[in-house]
Amino acid sequence: MSVLKTLEELFVKGAISRREFISRTAALGLLAAVSPSLLPGPAGAETPQKGGRLRLGVSGGSTTDSLDPAAITDIMMQLLIYGQLGNSLVEIDHENKPVPELAESWEASPDAKEWTFRLRKGVEFHNGKTMDADDVIFSINHHRGEESKSAAKAIVKAITDVRKDDKNTVTFILEDGNADFPYIMSDYHLCIMPAGGDVQAGIFTGAYALKDFEPGVRAFAVRNPNFFKPDRGHFDEVETIAISDVNARTNALKTGQIDVMNRCERKTVHLLERTPNLQILRQDGFKHYTFAMQCDMKPYENNDVRLALKYAIDREQMVKTILRGYGTVGNDHPVSSANRFYAKDLPQRQYDPDKAKFHLKKSGLKDAKFRLHTAEAAFVGAVDAGVLYREQASKAGIDIEVVREPNDGYWSNVWLKKEWCAVFWGGRVTEDMMLSTAYAAGAPWNDTSWNNKRFNELLVSARAELDEAKRRNMYAEMQQLIRDDGGVVVPMFAADLAAATDKLGHGPLAVNWELDGFRGPERWWFKS
Amino acid sequence: MTAIQLLKKSPASARVGMIIIVFNLLVMMLAPVIAPYPETEVVGDVWVNSSAENLLGTDQLGRDMLTRLVYGARNTITIALFITLISFTVGATCGFLAATLKGWTDQVISRMVDIIMAFPTLIFALMVLSVLGTSIPVLIVVIAILDSTRVYRLARAVAMDIEVMDFIEVARLRGEKLWWIMRREILPNAMPPLIAEFGLRFCFVFLFISALSFLGLGIQPPTADWGSMVRENAGAITFGILTPLYPAAAIAVLTIGVNLVVDWFLHQSSQLRSH
Amino acid sequence: MKTNTSIILRRLGLGVVTLLVISILIFVGVEALPGDLAEAVLGQSATPETVEAFRKELKLDLPPHVRYFSWLGSFLRGDFGTSLANGRPIADLIGWRFSNTLFLAGITALISIPFAVGLGILAALYRNTLFDRSISIGTLSAISFPEFFVAYILIAIFSVQLTMFPSMSNIGPQMTLLQKIHAVALPCLTLTLVVMAHMMRMTRAAIINVLTSPFIEMARLKGLSWRRVILHHAFPNALSPIINVVVLNLAYLVVGVVVVEVVFVYPGLGQLLVDSVAKRDIPVVQASGLIFAFTYVFLNLTADILSTLSNPRLRNPK
Repeated sequence: MSVLKTLEELFVKGAISRREFISRTAALGLLAAVSPSLLPGPAGAETPQKGGRLRLGVSGGSTTDSLDPAAITDIMMQLLIYGQLGNSLVEIDHENKPVPELAESWEASPDAKEWTFRLRKGVEFHNGKTMDADDVIFSINHHRGEESKSAAKAIVKAITDVRKDDKNTVTFILEDGNADFPYIMSDYHLCIMPAGGDVQAGIFTGAYALKDFEPGVRAFAVRNPNFFKPDRGHFDEVETIAISDVNARTNALKTGQIDVMNRCERKTVHLLERTPNLQILRQDGFKHYTFAMQCDMKPYENNDVRLALKYAIDREQMVKTILRGYGTVGNDHPVSSANRFYAKDLPQRQYDPDKAKFHLKKSGLKDAKFRLHTAEAAFVGAVDAGVLYREQASKAGIDIEVVREPNDGYWSNVWLKKEWCAVFWGGRVTEDMMLSTAYAAGAPWNDTSWNNKRFNELLVSARAELDEAKRRNMYAEMQQLIRDDGGVVVPMFAADLAAATDKLGHGPLAVNWELDGFRGPERWWFKS
Repeated sequence: MTAIQLLKKSPASARVGMIIIVFNLLVMMLAPVIAPYPETEVVGDVWVNSSAENLLGTDQLGRDMLTRLVYGARNTITIALFITLISFTVGATCGFLAATLKGWTDQVISRMVDIIMAFPTLIFALMVLSVLGTSIPVLIVVIAILDSTRVYRLARAVAMDIEVMDFIEVARLRGEKLWWIMRREILPNAMPPLIAEFGLRFCFVFLFISALSFLGLGIQPPTADWGSMVRENAGAITFGILTPLYPAAAIAVLTIGVNLVVDWFLHQSSQLRSH
Repeated sequence: MKTNTSIILRRLGLGVVTLLVISILIFVGVEALPGDLAEAVLGQSATPETVEAFRKELKLDLPPHVRYFSWLGSFLRGDFGTSLANGRPIADLIGWRFSNTLFLAGITALISIPFAVGLGILAALYRNTLFDRSISIGTLSAISFPEFFVAYILIAIFSVQLTMFPSMSNIGPQMTLLQKIHAVALPCLTLTLVVMAHMMRMTRAAIINVLTSPFIEMARLKGLSWRRVILHHAFPNALSPIINVVVLNLAYLVVGVVVVEVVFVYPGLGQLLVDSVAKRDIPVVQASGLIFAFTYVFLNLTADILSTLSNPRLRNPK
């Protein structure tokens, strides 16, 4: 028992973290003997407390930000508009399932082409107006049509018509059947605004109402007393501060100037974890990093070249070094283990210099130099990842030249243009969204210019398939096709890492977006 | 006084400076011999403390820090030296020309320099480097041009003060050519502030390269350079990891060494002329 | 005196021309960068159709010279225009940020210039002593560290360990002057360390250079003390290079502190310029770029006038 005493003392004094304390006592088989006051309650059993001011320090704020939901492209506005001020028809819960939000229920026609949503009654906007079908139609149409310059234009393109059935019922008619349509309606751009109002006014239905906003600097919101979810929105006030430098965020959190920071620096998060009075919020979601080869450009039109490069990367070392262990290895396809139809029986591709040599030889390519274009803008650590890849591939006799491109203009100048480059993918809640966005032939963001007939057929039929078991098989086959024939090297899935004061209480974290699906401010609370 | 006599009379501080410079030059030349590992090889875990295998520990990718420092010396000092020499030649020549010729020459050069200096450096660097690419020769020329504007202003200001002196007038009356006046009369008298500036400019180059790597421009990885090494490891300092201090200290020691020698030159030149 | 006034007037005229040329260069420069506002704002959501609609609405599809002259036209009428990205008036975006930038630069200048010049004089007075060497080595080490790194070290010491000053300097309008000064203590200290060495060393070098002139020897022969010789004879004659380096550093404090702004989360103009260049928001880039250029041209002019006034022989050109 004396070991336990020592550990307890260490923990109470703050010399070891809570996580360390629990894992060490658990390792000794002593967890049951620990005095209960030292342990966190079972997840979800804690009763949320009201009150307090939540101060969030987040990256991704820009002086060019706008309150128009059609213009949301980065974390600060996602967290403000979708996380504090607004709601969409559907919410994604922590198990990645669609649950009712502003819509009470929904149903599809048998071909999944017509979707009818019944709206929640009596929901009030921040300006006092009651929400009805016209508001929903206005908000969705804001992103549709020729003139639309919405970032969500592509997402709502499949909607051919929106019909008002009555005051509280709306039906969406789609071009083709889509079994995942409720997921689309959970998109953060599709927040519901009052019809005919100023789209830049920041008036929505959410847990907090906007008081003050300076783009790229700070936003301040106070609790909405008429919020329609009684068990959410626990803070009195939420202050969102844009802090683009990760070290500045870390220091602000360590010195207590903010309560939560997003995107911890992976290089130092293991050190941050040891800091007393802090907790790390880890979410293993859909975010993945890729090296995309254009299958219509030399020499990547040869699948042996692609396979050689896929065998030449040590995924374990990538996760260990670039992600510092905060992530999982990829299997050269973009579907994450958090997705519903993840093919868990597909064998994991291993680092194998001999096989890489074999395929390179088979391709007939001699003395080839592969130029890998990369930049910190592609993803944090992308340049380091490129350099590491170069070292690993050299063991297979493959010569990779790492080209660092300027951060500025990376997405318009390098991505989709250069034959091989590093890419960040936030991932999507459904397989269909991910695969149609980046792997379907002819899709604007098909960054590997991959065109596989069998895959394209499967993609269309799986989308409209309402039978889960059949769908699962189809998606498994698609994952295998990408893995063995596609132009993408997917070395790793990165966990989202945020850090917070240990006074912050939360339930199980959702994985669809960072900071509890952007909904931290609505879902979290301060422990008393 | 011969060079050897001069050296013998040099104060201890100047000798320390010279030792530092010579040491760095030796490291530069013998880099492949001294470095315990190849320049880019990953040899261990990330940010390992110093040990017998890795005397200064490892960097953010697990490469040997000492090796990176040694190769960094080679890459960075060569580039910095080139940049500083070019910027001083260009800047000082133009500055002297403007001060002696005055009139239109002065106006044209000064206004051009004004424009370059008043132009936001960030946009300038972005524009030039994303259009021309970031190969090392381009990098050298771009930084040299930006730097030479600073040298120009100083050189012109100093030369203006000298130009109104009587001995210049005497030389003019003697019928000396412009080039001769610039080289034999103005340059020696303008030397002290220029040399003092040289000592500083030389180290600013390291910092400029590090600032460029902030924008994703600058020297291509995996080439080691001190400025980028500080940048890439900087976050660790908040947690008490000393790794980023090593490249920073390397820059500091070299800067101090160069400036100790510069100070001695300054002292020497003022004594020489007063006797 | 008449010639002086006309020289100043001419320089002012040239300054305006410089600004005009710079506005053209900025415009051309940002145009030449790959990508445009539509692509940059939409980022990874930029599908061809969305980009097309975006360009049309913001008139980005008009030829560049048309856009430049329509911008110049309204700029000359005193209308800065609105940000293309979020439609806010640029005057609102810039106003308080510029005053923040000036606030930080002002406080830093107030501390660093007298300190640097004073140390420079002392170093020249006691040159080659231990005192001279230690401040020399101290300031040199300070500038050898990249400024963001100096900032991290200061934060690690003063805000994480000693908790004396905040690590974030996000000042707001509701704060009193004293609170603001407390908030900017660390960025101010960082910048002081960065600019001090340059000014201090130049002062020292300029004074030592003057010390070799015959009139100093005369003064010495008259039996005046070193202190008197340096303060009353050497320093006034070394002013020209000192003024130049001081002004250069002043301009740097206004124009070049974006890294310090980022590290300390300080809402200054540099951050605005960086953000709007990244998003290709040309009117904002133009406005903030021109403010920087104006600051520089203005300071430069001041330096030239001051050096002319400080040198008796330049004052009355033959």
